[in-house]
Order: sequence, then C-alpha cells, then structure tokens
Amino acid sequence: MPAHSTSAGAGVRPASITARGWGWRHAGRSRPAISGLDLDIRAGERVLLLGPSGAGKSTLLHALAGVLGDGSAGDIGTVSGAGPAAGGTAEDADETGSLLIDGVPPRAGRGRAGLMQQDPETQVVLSRLGDDVAFGAENLSVPPAEIWPRVAEALDDVGLGRLPLDHPTSALSGGQKQRLALAGILAMRPGLILLDEPTANLDPAGVLDVRDAVGRTLDKTGATLVVVEHRVSVWKDLVDRIVVLQPGSATDSAVLIDGPPDQVLAQARDMLTAAGVWVPGYVPATRARAGQPAGPGGAGTAGQLLLAAEDLAVSRERPRRAGLRGGFRPVPPEPVQSGIAAQVRAGEALTITGPNGSGKSTFALTLAGLLAPVSGTVSATYDLSAGAGIDPYRWKAQQLISRIGTVFQEPEHQFVTGRVLDELMFGPKHLGRGGDRVDELLERLRLTELVDANPYTLSGGEKRRLSVATVLAAHPQVLVLDEPTFGQDANTWAELASFLSELLDSGTAVVSVTHDAEFSDVLGGTRLSLRAPEQQTPHGVEMRRREPGRVAP
Amino acid sequence: MRQELTLRGNQAVLARANPLAKFTAVTLITMVLALSIDWVSASVALAFELALLPLAGLTLGLLWQRGWPLILAAALGGWSTTILAPDSGQILLDARIWSISEGSLELGLGFMLRGLAIALPAVLLMSCTDPTDLADALAQKARLPHRFVLGTLAALRLVGLMAEEWQTIGMARHARGVGSHGNPLQRLRATLGQSFGLLVQAVRRASRLAVTMEARGFGNARRTWARASVFTGLDAWVVLGGLLIAGTAVASALAAGTWNMVFLSQQ
Repeated sequence: MPAHSTSAGAGVRPASITARGWGWRHAGRSRPAISGLDLDIRAGERVLLLGPSGAGKSTLLHALAGVLGDGSAGDIGTVSGAGPAAGGTAEDADETGSLLIDGVPPRAGRGRAGLMQQDPETQVVLSRLGDDVAFGAENLSVPPAEIWPRVAEALDDVGLGRLPLDHPTSALSGGQKQRLALAGILAMRPGLILLDEPTANLDPAGVLDVRDAVGRTLDKTGATLVVVEHRVSVWKDLVDRIVVLQPGSATDSAVLIDGPPDQVLAQARDMLTAAGVWVPGYVPATRARAGQPAGPGGAGTAGQLLLAAEDLAVSRERPRRAGLRGGFRPVPPEPVQSGIAAQVRAGEALTITGPNGSGKSTFALTLAGLLAPVSGTVSATYDLSAGAGIDPYRWKAQQLISRIGTVFQEPEHQFVTGRVLDELMFGPKHLGRGGDRVDELLERLRLTELVDANPYTLSGGEKRRLSVATVLAAHPQVLVLDEPTFGQDANTWAELASFLSELLDSGTAVVSVTHDAEFSDVLGGTRLSLRAPEQQTPHGVEMRRREPGRVAP
Repeated sequence: MRQELTLRGNQAVLARANPLAKFTAVTLITMVLALSIDWVSASVALAFELALLPLAGLTLGLLWQRGWPLILAAALGGWSTTILAPDSGQILLDARIWSISEGSLELGLGFMLRGLAIALPAVLLMSCTDPTDLADALAQKARLPHRFVLGTLAALRLVGLMAEEWQTIGMARHARGVGSHGNPLQRLRATLGQSFGLLVQAVRRASRLAVTMEARGFGNARRTWARASVFTGLDAWVVLGGLLIAGTAVASALAAGTWNMVFLSQQ
C-alpha cells in the first residue's frame, strides 16, 4: 500500500521457504511427526495448510518459527502418561532432510518469522499493552528510539491503536489478545508470518477482526503467510494457495495436494470433509429432531418445567467481606449480567448466545448450580429436584450430578481419573449405581476402543466426546454445555449435534452456551441472547422462541 | 489479582521513584530491624513507615486490604511470644503453662512491632511499584541476567491466570461429583486431585508461553530496552530516607537502652 510504505514496507523483506525431504521426530517418540516434506513457498505467497490431525502441521510451523530446538519446546502435547522417560525410544529429537528460510536454517535467522498460537492467554507476555508489543523488537536488539514508533504503528495496523500504551493486557478479550500478538509479531518486522489455528478459541466477531487485521498487514508489508486452520471459509479468500498434508511415511510424500484454493477444494472436497475439515459451504449432515416435543406422540414428560431463573444477576466473584468499618458484612460482587429470566424444560433446548463479556458462561454455571446467584433466584421444580430442595446451588455434589450435568469448555478440567473407563464409571460409582448406561455411551460416542487409554492423551475430538459421556453417565435430566463445538472438526461437530438431538428427543433438557448458529439450529428450542455490558437495556436480555405455536416463557 | 499486577492510576510520589532505590531503602530498614528485638527501634521505624503511607498512595484501609495476612501473622507471633516466652519480672497473668509476665509482654510486643515494621515496607514497595518496572531496574541497573528476570516476570503473569483457573477447575470437578464434602481425608484427596489438574494446565500454559517468548526472539544474549530504567534526584531522597529511618531507629533504641542484638545477647 503506497500510503504506508514509508516505514513498514521498507523494513520487511518477504521470506521464501524451501523444504527438501524434511522430517522431524519429537524426543521420546518412536514415529516422526512429519517426514518426507518437499515444499517450496515463494516470497510473499499466502498459504493455507490443511490436513488431518497428526499430519504434522503444527510441527512444521514450530520448525519454521525456530522453536523446535532441543525437542522439548515443540513437545507441548505431552505432560502425563509419557511412561518411563529413559526407555528405548526416549532419546533426542531427530531431524532429517533440510528446511530453510531464504536459504538459512530457521534457528539461525531469528526474527525472520513470527508465530501466533491458538491459546490467546499464552500469546501475551507482559502486563502492559505497549510493553508487550515492544518485547520482540527489544529481543532483536532494535535501537530503543526506533521501537516506540514501531509499537504505535503495529497497534494501529491491528486496530488497537486507540488503547493507551499502559492498558492492562489482562483486560483484553480473546480476539484483542490475538491482535495484540499480531502487533508484537509485526513490530519485529518479520518476512514470514506463521499462524497456528489463530482463531480457534474466538467468537465469530473476534475471528473476523483477527482475519481482517492479518489481511491488512499482509497487504501493507507483503510478508509471506503460512496459516493452519480448520475453518477454510475464514481464510480462503485471503490465501492464494492451499497445501494439504498427510501423515507422511518413508515412501509417501507429506504433501497430498497443492494448488490454488478453488482447485484444491474442488479436487479434494470429499477427502477433506472426510478428514473433518470445514470446507466452505459444507454443513455436515446431522440427525433431525423428531418433531415438536409437545406434539402428538411425544414423550409424557416432554415440556415439563425443570429449572427456572428469575431476575437473576450473575458473577464469578464471591461476596467480599466488608472491612472493619463495614462490620464484616458480605458485600455482593458487581454482576456481569443481571435481570435474566429463563426456563429449562424437559426435552427442549435452550441456547445462550451473546458477545464476549456478556456473562453467558457465568449464567450457565449459575443455572447449573455451580455458582451462587448475586441476586434473583434459580429454582428447580419437584420434577427435577425430587426432594433435594429448590436451590440447585445448595445441593450436595452427588445430588447435583444426577440432576444437572455440566460439560465445561476445556474437557481436561473435568478429568478426575487416569483411565477412560474409570472416568465413565466415576459418576455411577459415587451414586452407588451400576454402570448400566456406560456401555451404551461408550458405544454411542465411539470410545469403546479407548477404554484403557489415559484421558489426557486423547485427541481433541475424543476428549470432547469423553467429557460429554462422563457427565451423562450420571443420568442427569438437564445437560449444560459451555461452548461444546469450540475448535472441533466437522466430524466431531456432526456427531455431537446428532447425539444431543437424540438426547433431547428422549426427554433430556439441553442448555448450551454457543456462538455456533448452525449448532443451535440443529437443536432448535429457545434462544436467549445476552448483551454486552456497555449496551445493556434495563434488562440486557432478549429471548426469542424459534418454534411456532408456543408461547414464549 | 491480575488487576493488581499493574498500577494504573497510582500517581503518588513514590510510584515515580526507581524501583531499585525503593528496594534499597526497604532493605536498609529491614536489615536494621532484623538485628534487634526491641520495641523502641521497631516502633520508631513503624511510626515513620505509617507516615509514609500517603507518599505511596496508600490509605489505612488499602493497607489492611493488601497486607492483612502479614498484619495478622505479626499479631499472632507477638501473642504467642507473650504467652510462651520464659517469664521475667512481675507475673501479670498466670493460667497454668500460659503465663504473661512483664518481661514476656515486652518481648512479645517487641516481636509484634518488629514483625509489622518489617512487613510494612514490603507492602509499601509492592503497592507503588509496577513489577515490569522492577524487572527493568533489576536487569538494567542491578545487572541481573535479563533472561532470568524477564522469565520470572512473565511467569508472574501466569500466576494470576492460575488463580482463575483454580476456581474453574474446582467448579468443573464439582460438576463431576468431586467436591468439598466428606471426611477430611476425602477432602484432602479432592484438593490433591484439583492441584494435579491445575499443575497439568500450568505446565501446558508455561510451555506454550515459552514457545511464544522464544518465537519473539527471547533468549538472545543481548537485547535492547524500550523502557530505560533511570535514576533521578528523587531516588537519592528515597535512599536517604531509608538510611534516616534505619539510623533513627537504631539511635533511639541505643538511647533508650533497649538495643538488643539478636545474635550476640543471651537473655
């Protein structure tokens, strides 16, 4: 862009990539993460990397970023269950062939490539906005007088220029954190920008903000881009080439297909959808809901009121004790959302939507009896409580799990044992029941093969399926899910949506917090949209029924 | 907790001083107070420190909010010294093995005041010092290795994150039926399980953060500093103030005859 090319354009020299028979085996693994890679990426090209999990996409990005040094830095996935560390295969990492940026190994050309990863929290290094952007430039020994102009320019480019330089980074949303990370990369003036699922953890607005910021900066600097992402539609129009990788072997090349986006998508559509890639215009087939819950022939309990929230205000903070002068009375925390009313009915879905910071998850956790309301009430009808009392927050853990099951966004947070089968038996055992439902769940959620595996070693999709199964093993009448489809591939998505629609038809109530419009379309039912705190109307809540013929609660 | 790591809005005089100067002053005071258990030097230092609160942008209420565990610990230490120390002088209260005498009361009071006088400067320092600025000063002025200093600083940010994660994991496990119920052994096991969950997440987060930092060129032997840590005239006054407080405390204790070197005297 001519208008800006004065400083940034001059500082950036687009990088080219050459791989010849390149492969990498992580320390302690018997099989290489990637092998036999032959790839040329010209300076200034924009490439989307696709492929099934296990094809070595992240390993390639880490190698290009120069952080695959001693085999420990790239080995993020394994924490537990690695077995005897000094065993036969647990030796040093192993590199074959060559991988070069501008003819130089990536580690030698520090600062030539900038890497953004998936988890926004770990893309921020320092606690003040400006300091964080300056961090990379400082490490590259850029003269101090030159750093602050770079910081201001980078923040402008990613759309964060209006925030003060001492703005606390902890106060940023996920999408803003990713744009901040991009600014930190831009301030290093790299010729190669590497994005490893940069938008997998973001809401739809955040996804577009990050994508647009990347597009703008590439137009301006002309840097080379390599991005790994499942959602092809987000990046399709921004890249000029798609490379599909496959788990390589000694004989097969790691590159399966390579070409312009439209050509690759036409050529490999079936293969990509089979691998769970979100190809544009493709919504995986899911099981349809079996008619209206209250329609003729519906189950007897369908539509029964189970749980109701009235004039509810929610917060994650606990009440503080007032100081000496306050007489140590509890002070209620500032609610993130208030005036919420909602009803949960057997066999019906309730979908909670809203922008970041509107208190969606907090509301769901309060409804699920895991957080105390700041004000207002959550009450269970007798159909649900069966004598346990009206307030779910006061139920004992055992009483709770057999009535309301909650699936958290991060499956690992809910793992309590070291084996898939124990994980599933945990709920029933604590309730003094047999595992009558466990076999059915194992079968239905395709976990039978994995019963002896350590939950932490499963793939992302398997972890998600397991976390849903473990909660359902306790037979709750209400299932609450926090962003169940976040970061999931199309296959897991379809399985999950179909399974939940089955569950609804059998009379379970499903409450889900989600940004995913297609997902909530499959489930039907009621949608509750919470508004962002600053644009709140007196009640900040809007409720809409999407099924005709029923009165809004 | 995460908000407390930055000091936006603290416009107090001491917030503008170089962290290293403040650190030096605090060290001076602490060292002197660590030398003697007597109530005169401790209360003189404590009086000075309380007078300095406004300069650090603190009020008594804020002080209590941030430092109550330390204040409570000092009070508790003083009380236990009072009842358990060997008796000397007139017995004031006798309840079997717990007795309070003039000597033990003096010792206990000295202990408590000393605890407060040592704890307070640390609270003062932390409430008017941004950790980032402290790291800058330690690396640029005190010449500590920058990799160590900046690594610690980045880890500190994760600690706040972990506090939030602890709450989430607690709720997530409660939703699985593990929770704060049952006998102490079961509770202990639940807490251990939750700690393990947190540890796993902490290790993952830390290794991802390490990759982020390395990808931004961290780890080179040389780097530049966008924020130059500088000393000003104010810093001379800060160090001088520290010297003055430490000196006055010792002098008044010597004058009052209560100076009592911990390492030399045998009571």
